[in-house]
Amino acid sequence: MANPQSTAVARNDSAAGSMTYVAPIVGWLVPGLGHLVQRRYIRGVLLMLAIFTMFFAGLGMQGKIYAPNTGDLLDILGFIGDVGVGALYFIARMMNWGIGNIHRAVADYGTKYIVVAGLLNVIAAVDAYHIAIGKKP
Amino acid sequence: MTFELSHFNAALLFALCASIVFGITQRSTARDMLRYGAYCFSLFIGGVIVAAWVMWFIKH
Repeated sequence: MANPQSTAVARNDSAAGSMTYVAPIVGWLVPGLGHLVQRRYIRGVLLMLAIFTMFFAGLGMQGKIYAPNTGDLLDILGFIGDVGVGALYFIARMMNWGIGNIHRAVADYGTKYIVVAGLLNVIAAVDAYHIAIGKKP
Repeated sequence: MTFELSHFNAALLFALCASIVFGITQRSTARDMLRYGAYCFSLFIGGVIVAAWVMWFIKH
């Protein structure tokens, strides 16, 4: 007969094991969610606010969202940065947001805001992974 | 919807958001997160002010 204590420990290990995959993936898809699913509510909400604010401020400044491309190296890197923001990137592409405006100097700031929001979200997803593996409290 | 920000306000917003993420992700305790976030924010803004003065001296 199985020991109930060891069964509970095995269940906890399995939950922690699945969290190592789930946390970074949901953290990438929705900024801050990787922390929220691990009950780091304040950190999750702050990350979500910071990254959403950067992304939507960038869009508001008429920043450009890069499409997948094989052209200029900076355009490719811009696309990689943008994809870091997860589901927001795909929603923005579907809604045809982020056309860009070359006539406004601030629009270039907006483009950088969107790229940096993606890069910050990648850092946040990696942090969620570190919490899941127990490297960070 | 468009969003009008001056260059300095854009730099402030950028510094604030980036500092929040850096503070939370690069430190382990709440106190250290707050201190590191404030440190990053001051470096961002300090860098902006220094760069602005450097550009002013180059122009004049």
